[in-house]
Amino acid sequence: MAESVLIRTDNLKVQFPSKTGPVTAVEDISFSVRPGEIVCIVGESGSGKSVTSFSLMQLVKFNGGMISGGAITLHRRDGTTVDLRNASEDQMRGIRGNEIGMIFQEPMTALNPAFTVGWQMAEGLRIHMGLNRVQADRRSLELLRMVRISEPENRLRQYPHELSGGMRQRVMIAMALACKPHLLIADEPTTALDVTVQAEILGLIDLLREETGAAILLITHDMAVVAQMADRVVVMFRGRKVEEGPVRRILSEPQHEYTKALLAAVPKLGDMSQKPNPEPLKIVGERYRGPAKPLIAGKRQLLTVSGLVKRFPVRGGLFGRTTANVHAVENVSFGINDNETLALVGESGSGKSVTGRSILRLEEPDSGKVEFENRNVLALDSTEMRDLRRNMQMVFQDPFGSLNPHKQLFDQVAEPIRNFRLDHGSALEDRVANLFDRVHLPRSFLRRYPVELSGGQRQRVAIARALAPNPKFIVADEAVSALDVSVQAQVLNLMLELQADLGISYLFISHDVAVVERVAHRVAVMYLGRIVEIGSRQDVLENPQHGYTKTLIAAVPTLDPDADVRGRVKTLSKVPSAIFPAGYEPEPPEYDEISNGHYVLKNEKQ
Amino acid sequence: MAYLIKRIVNSAIILFLTVSFVFFAGRLIGDPALNMLGPGASDVALENLRRAAGLNDPILIQYFRYVVNLLSGDFGISYRYGFSVLPSERLSEIGQPVIDIVLERLPATFFLAAAAMGFAVPIGVFMGVTAAAYPRSAADRIVTVLSLAGVSIVQFWLGLMLIVFFAVQLGWLPTGGYGEWQHVILPALTLAARPIGRIAQVTRSAVLEELAKPYIMTAHAKGVPVNRVVYLHSLKNAAIPIVTMIGDELSALLTGAILVEKIFAWPGIGLLIIDSLSRSDLPLIQASIVVVAALVVCVNLLVDLAYRLLNPRIRFGKTEA
Repeated sequence: MAESVLIRTDNLKVQFPSKTGPVTAVEDISFSVRPGEIVCIVGESGSGKSVTSFSLMQLVKFNGGMISGGAITLHRRDGTTVDLRNASEDQMRGIRGNEIGMIFQEPMTALNPAFTVGWQMAEGLRIHMGLNRVQADRRSLELLRMVRISEPENRLRQYPHELSGGMRQRVMIAMALACKPHLLIADEPTTALDVTVQAEILGLIDLLREETGAAILLITHDMAVVAQMADRVVVMFRGRKVEEGPVRRILSEPQHEYTKALLAAVPKLGDMSQKPNPEPLKIVGERYRGPAKPLIAGKRQLLTVSGLVKRFPVRGGLFGRTTANVHAVENVSFGINDNETLALVGESGSGKSVTGRSILRLEEPDSGKVEFENRNVLALDSTEMRDLRRNMQMVFQDPFGSLNPHKQLFDQVAEPIRNFRLDHGSALEDRVANLFDRVHLPRSFLRRYPVELSGGQRQRVAIARALAPNPKFIVADEAVSALDVSVQAQVLNLMLELQADLGISYLFISHDVAVVERVAHRVAVMYLGRIVEIGSRQDVLENPQHGYTKTLIAAVPTLDPDADVRGRVKTLSKVPSAIFPAGYEPEPPEYDEISNGHYVLKNEKQ
Repeated sequence: MAYLIKRIVNSAIILFLTVSFVFFAGRLIGDPALNMLGPGASDVALENLRRAAGLNDPILIQYFRYVVNLLSGDFGISYRYGFSVLPSERLSEIGQPVIDIVLERLPATFFLAAAAMGFAVPIGVFMGVTAAAYPRSAADRIVTVLSLAGVSIVQFWLGLMLIVFFAVQLGWLPTGGYGEWQHVILPALTLAARPIGRIAQVTRSAVLEELAKPYIMTAHAKGVPVNRVVYLHSLKNAAIPIVTMIGDELSALLTGAILVEKIFAWPGIGLLIIDSLSRSDLPLIQASIVVVAALVVCVNLLVDLAYRLLNPRIRFGKTEA
């Protein structure tokens, strides 16, 4: 039986020294990976899943940690076994990148920006296999072909910043597989990628497992990724393993409460079919309250956007003239009713955030019309605009960056109320305290600072601040994207509750189709600055018409372990872009009306 | 390529402005002839000098003539240099071109600057990298203290101490002068103290920042030896602020290490500027300043070109959206 295990950890314990003594990050972790198998370690932030993966090659010490207990047994290529916990640095160097390869979360920063792709790929080959430059280049070309990158000869001479995120992650994978390792550790390999790119990378990893026979240890927070990839699953929670088993059993009969909660919190695409209105997620451990009342959108049009255009100049040449424009938002039109949520869904660079910011004039649009309660927003002077912002608020993605670290939470939430002179004195204090109640934060938090709060709590503060002046309309720009899935569910439910109670309209900007399905009445799909499809949530998500909408929906990973992941692998070449030469004026978009209120962009001639 | 042309045009504009400033500043501080000859000079002597140097023409004509002459490499004739008596109207025939005097001094300045940076760059970078690789260690603390000392030490005190110890007590090196390689060591060391400190500080913070980035973990995971990770992977990325600092310090050395040149009797540009100022030799002052400015502009241009070699994202002249 020993031969069939590639790597095994027994009672692994990792600590980080601190001023108050060592802090234990993970404890009592035991699991094994067999040859050719995909094992997923799943958990939320702080669960210790990354620390575990970094410990296997003693990499955790470069982050200041130390392995203080347990054993890590690796069966080496030559048939011997070695305890990686006690292996010397010399021994480890021969294993790292050679017998065990590793890929990381951030393809944007995990490659060295100062060296070419070819140099970085060759480095490992020269160290471990003693190849010379020419041999290493030849092997690198082979590897780039293996990960299906187009024009591999050119890629070798390019620098990481010249490649797209998906291509960089392919380069990382190729680099990790360079010396034919038996084990590939992938730490959140697709978290930073767009969903269509994620689908391709996951498919590629699955395909390469078959082609190379390498076992894969996949670290992820995403249950849907687990469902698609894993043979076996290790669930971690607060530094400990809470459950382990084959993927089907974990998905269908989770034993531990935490696993159940985690699975319940994942919004699943398709859950909402046949339901016309948004509904809160069920959260394990909380009594399911159900919708207080159906979240029916109003009939009165609150916001109208028509022909919105925003371009960013690309400067170049001797005198820094504008040589091209990024058409970030190109002729975008939509409307939002009172008490309604319109979701703007799209991938990075689609222009969805710029659209949201342009409506609030945080970004001055180049042309178009924005009407809010029949007032022409773009024509307002700064005093009038300031007044209008009482009714239009924003919640940002990053709950760490959007709060002032030096101000008490009370003052941050009170600030808009003070600015608009809505209340003062004890009335102000009551009002802020009520807002904290409203977003389910304890009043004891009023005098705290952001640093004392978790990400989810901070996002609640940000929502309370947005609610402070009693707005009618909130732009939520990826407001739940940075949160763990269980926290995300709570914040989504909060947003729905606020809509039910206060009648707020949302422009809900998100890349996550499954989340959008939960909260939106209507959906607009953006691609390269244009809306390609818009309509009721049911029409767009259940009966998608535009090619891009279909691709986007098909790329969303599901919790079905039988879904086909390999069909999505394709050779990656150029990424389409919204950059056009200066002076180029695209024709206004034409839409087909498929059914009542469901519009699809006619395919452009290009 | 377009970038290079743009930079060179910019540099030329900066130089032109410097030349203009130097010219007019020299006229604004008073009558050049009177400044040079002193309050006791006779009217005849003043008039002779004015006529010889063309000081009687309208100022714009003089300026125009000065610029045109500069373009052909003619920086003017020294009022004073090489004369035992006051110059007469035959100034242009017997006077020495100031550019020759300046160029004669340049090798000494270059030699000293190169020697000082030869000490400062390797020592400073090594200290900074060592401190960054082992933050909060004893080595880090020592580097922090030493680099602070290097930055804040008083130059002439350090120079004198070095002379007292190495030249007077031990007798290993000469106290001053120019000619043999031994002469350069003490002044170069004195000059290197500050660049060592500043380069070490900048290197430490830049490398520390780079070492925290994800690509460093990628390199470790590839099995790259730790020293190679630190000295190759991180240092190349940290190089931009370091090169900037080296360029700044080098410019400072070229503009004349006046105190140090004085202490060690080193015949460099700094000493020349001091001498020509005290003698009110206007053409020589102007030429020295213009040549030094040209050198600084060149150093900056080289630093800029180095950026492009070091950082491919700058090389392509575009920033990512």
